Amino acid sequence: MKVSLSWLSDYTPIRLAPAELAEALTRVGLAVDAVVDRYRYLDTVRVGRVVAVDSHPAADKLKVCRVDTGEGLVDIVCGAPNVGPGVLAPVALPGTLLPGGTTVTVETIRGQRSEGMLCSDAELALGPSADGIRILDGDLAVGSPLNTALGLSDPVLDLDLTPNRADCLSIIGIAREVAAIQKTRLVLPAVPGFPEDAEERIQRITSVAIDAPDHCPRYVARVLDGITVGPSPAWLQERLLSVGLRPINNIVDVTNFVMMEWGQPLHAFDLDRLAGQRIVVRTAAAGDTFVTLDGRTRVLDPDMLMICDGEKPVAVAGVMGGLNSEIEAGTARVLIESAWFDPVSVRKTSKKLGLSTDASRRFERGVDPQGTARAATRAAALMAAVGAGGIVGGVIDAHPRPWSPRPIRLSVRRTRELLGVPVGKTNISRLLASIGFTTGTSPAREELVVTAPSFRVDVARPEDLIEEVARLSGFDAIPTTYPPIPAGERPPAPRLNLRRRLQGLLAGFGFAEIITYSFVHAQSADRLRLPAGDPRRRTVPLLNPLTEEQSVMRSSLIPGLLDTLRFNLFQQVKNVKVFEIGKVFIAADAAELPAEPEIIAGLWSGARAPLSWHGKEAACDFFDLKGALESLFSALKLEEVAFSRLPDDACCYTRPGASARIEAGNLPLGIIGEIDPEVAQAFDLKQTAFVFELDADSLQTALSETKYRMRIPRFPALFRDITLILAQEVAVREVLEAARAFQTDLLERIQLFDVFTGDPIPAGRKSLSFRLTYRSPEKTLEEEDVRDAHQRFTERMLAHFNAALPG
Amino acid sequence: MEQQLDEIESEAQRELAAAAGDRRRIEALGLKYLGRKGRMTQLLRSIASLAPEARPAAGLRANETKQRLSAAIEAALRAAERIERSRVERIDVTLPGRAPLCGTLHPITQISREICDIFERMGYDIVEGPEVEKDYYNFEALNIPKNHPARDMQDTFFVSEEVVLRTHTSPLQIRTMERHPPPVRVIAPGKVFRCDSDQTHTPMFHQVEGLLVDEKVSFGDLKGTLTAFVHQMFDEETRLRFRPSFFPFTEPSAEVDILCVICRGTGCRVCKQTGWLEILGSGMVHPAVFENVGYDTRRYTGFAFGMGVERVAMLKYGIDDLRKFFENDLRFLSQF
Repeated sequence: MKVSLSWLSDYTPIRLAPAELAEALTRVGLAVDAVVDRYRYLDTVRVGRVVAVDSHPAADKLKVCRVDTGEGLVDIVCGAPNVGPGVLAPVALPGTLLPGGTTVTVETIRGQRSEGMLCSDAELALGPSADGIRILDGDLAVGSPLNTALGLSDPVLDLDLTPNRADCLSIIGIAREVAAIQKTRLVLPAVPGFPEDAEERIQRITSVAIDAPDHCPRYVARVLDGITVGPSPAWLQERLLSVGLRPINNIVDVTNFVMMEWGQPLHAFDLDRLAGQRIVVRTAAAGDTFVTLDGRTRVLDPDMLMICDGEKPVAVAGVMGGLNSEIEAGTARVLIESAWFDPVSVRKTSKKLGLSTDASRRFERGVDPQGTARAATRAAALMAAVGAGGIVGGVIDAHPRPWSPRPIRLSVRRTRELLGVPVGKTNISRLLASIGFTTGTSPAREELVVTAPSFRVDVARPEDLIEEVARLSGFDAIPTTYPPIPAGERPPAPRLNLRRRLQGLLAGFGFAEIITYSFVHAQSADRLRLPAGDPRRRTVPLLNPLTEEQSVMRSSLIPGLLDTLRFNLFQQVKNVKVFEIGKVFIAADAAELPAEPEIIAGLWSGARAPLSWHGKEAACDFFDLKGALESLFSALKLEEVAFSRLPDDACCYTRPGASARIEAGNLPLGIIGEIDPEVAQAFDLKQTAFVFELDADSLQTALSETKYRMRIPRFPALFRDITLILAQEVAVREVLEAARAFQTDLLERIQLFDVFTGDPIPAGRKSLSFRLTYRSPEKTLEEEDVRDAHQRFTERMLAHFNAALPG
Repeated sequence: MEQQLDEIESEAQRELAAAAGDRRRIEALGLKYLGRKGRMTQLLRSIASLAPEARPAAGLRANETKQRLSAAIEAALRAAERIERSRVERIDVTLPGRAPLCGTLHPITQISREICDIFERMGYDIVEGPEVEKDYYNFEALNIPKNHPARDMQDTFFVSEEVVLRTHTSPLQIRTMERHPPPVRVIAPGKVFRCDSDQTHTPMFHQVEGLLVDEKVSFGDLKGTLTAFVHQMFDEETRLRFRPSFFPFTEPSAEVDILCVICRGTGCRVCKQTGWLEILGSGMVHPAVFENVGYDTRRYTGFAFGMGVERVAMLKYGIDDLRKFFENDLRFLSQF
């Protein structure tokens, strides 16, 4: 909402400087985004003196003027008939943006350089004259900016209004607040009590029938005849221009003026273009079409309220008029509509049509239910005053649902308690009265009965009144206090704790945390090669996505990780080691809301370590990522986590042969693997990556309390190494499990320290070397104690795996 | 005799000092004084030619001197060896070390934690809720009926007519109060979504919501709580401005501005020349909200507030482009 101080001061004197006024309005809840002088564009238009005028060598109608701009002499090509040596005229310097939208530049016009523009009134939006340049008074200082020279200044407040303050979508509404702030008088425009035709001639000319009283509780009409459509007088155009409205003609301008002044949207119909010269307010028939003033054809539905004539719709009620009843040059009689439409109805219609107008914005927030007649009369009187036509006596006021005020009981004690500030009855009454509320006494002590003015459609409860008291007395007046901090029980937050631990550990292992959008490309499931029955295919699509790339809620974090990898590779960041913790969304058939499991996912791609002099740069592999997870589980004290080969047919986005499932006992925790080449291609990746995913719920379930279990041994250990040559297919995990099963007493620990294939190991076989730690809890082991045990162990292992010893 | 000893000792010490760090010279000095033909050795021998009664004292004295010299030479030798070894085994300490790669937490995580930590110290519990939310929790129960212009304040992503992506963390107010009787004191961080994307808007961002309900909670308490928060989050010098605003679920509602942390109020690009930065929305819980969750509006009052985490992060870290948070450029992330 734009408000010019020139217009605002019609209703109350402005005592505060523009910046102070903006701050004061902001502090009562009417946020002012900016204060801009609307003549600021004249900063670079200077008072210039035409020193000499020569004819243009290549154009008869043009002249080359030497102009003193105050900063020196420049040549300006000008075609105005009234330019002559010695005159003072406005010079727009290069860079000036003129109101018409053109920017003045240094140009060469038919071979002549022109460094600026001598301007007419019309070009500067200072008046209608476009016949020649504006000739300025001779006593103005050459070189001074035109706005200063002519005393043109009109600060315009740009207000960012909250939707509750419908009353402030009007100059008078703002003026009322300003008056309350400044403690100045609010002077409302006199709506003249012009002589009414005793016969109420209007009743013979037209009629209003409301078929949908719920949608339209009140409809006021006035008629003018003898209409002469023409431009509005300068003062009216000036007012509209000051708030950014374009003058159109005297009829439309008056309706816009009154809408801006009072906040009541009006519509003017060409009465003679209305079939039967009458108004019927009713809802549309399904499938009807209607051409609105903007020339677009609209499809209507039965929820939409239409203003109709005797035959057809002529306006979408509260939204926009129709081309079929528009005021034209030849319009002879005008019907002014000033109605109160149901906010919800207007809002629905406006939404459905995708058409938001100055009128609809006001109606859907709620205009003054008592303001309709006044606005119609004001408009009729103004039209008459500007010579647009003569008022036909009488008014039609169809009023099927009368408005009545609702007094609110306000407890003074409650006001004090809620605000934490000692306010009294008198003070409250005074504050509320300053913005048009009336207060009466109540039989109850410490209580007021308050009636809000009709234009404050947002006020219905005592808290609404308390808010008014708070904002008018100023939030600064409320002392700062602190609520007591209770020392009660606090519920534990295991999920948050786990998340924090995971974040800390993964960052410690060198992973950078990322946050990607929760919505992904609609084809993400396909790109991940998820099989038909995969639950992650049950995605949650958005009805109104911004782009295809962000059109379904993610069911996996993998697409976000891969997109992040691609983005970074594109930025020449080749080593990417990242993780994300976030929710995925799986549609649930029965429930209204999808399941939102939390997932921890990570990706490692590129080098194992940054380039350094300590060793050759090596690409990271499966075991780098697996190692990070093993450390993670170890830090979480998660025991018995097993990685087992993911069967080839269970792999979708990870490569068969390099994929594992991760389980704690029987509880699946997640997977780890190398990205499948096809998936990499689908995500346009030129570099392979290793990924893991863990389910936070499962992880939390698997967590156990940390216990001090293994006592620090008292006796020394003995170590033995063993190398087994066995079949390639045997998984290391099987060997380790067997080892533990075969030797439980003395074998404390078994560590793999070498894996070898190739010559001299026969094809199809591999060599595994383990270090065994033998220890007894009861005594220091002697060589012979271990010798037999190790011998037995070796034999059992050889037999079990059909293995051989080296050599 | 004594004079001779003193002379030899001081001469030897002088020569040793001059030869410091030079192993060969020190070895030569050892021979010169303590060797078979060394000066001390010769002097010791000459004791035999003294009168018998003078011999013990002179012997004692000479031996002491010899031991001191011997120790000094030994020490000088050890010192010289140390220096020599350090020359051979010297490393270039300016070579880069073997650094374990250190990851980072996303700036949003860090700021969100910082915010939550401050409120946890004030006795708030952290709660979380669904990101895909029922219209009821996101709007209706918060006193934002369908077809109300207040819905325009937030551009909503829809999943169905009744299900939306939550546009704010405020549904947690309802979900918390539905589950717990008063008093309530919670803080709710999380992702929120609005269908808006440009230089200053991303379709997803983060908020932290706070709610406190108890007997006799006043607007003054809200002011105190948020002032304490801002002073901890920024610094004690940061001034606050509470100005009336409108949120359907609070009344009175207040927008909280802080004095621009960049220009300290003189006006700059970040605060759009106003000197103030909007960082929090807040207010006293609207009685309609209490009615929706069955709280006794006569007995309980409360306040709620919410803030954008990205906004706070941008101010704290001096980040100028919101979209950077979700591009996940590692060069960006590694700075936090």
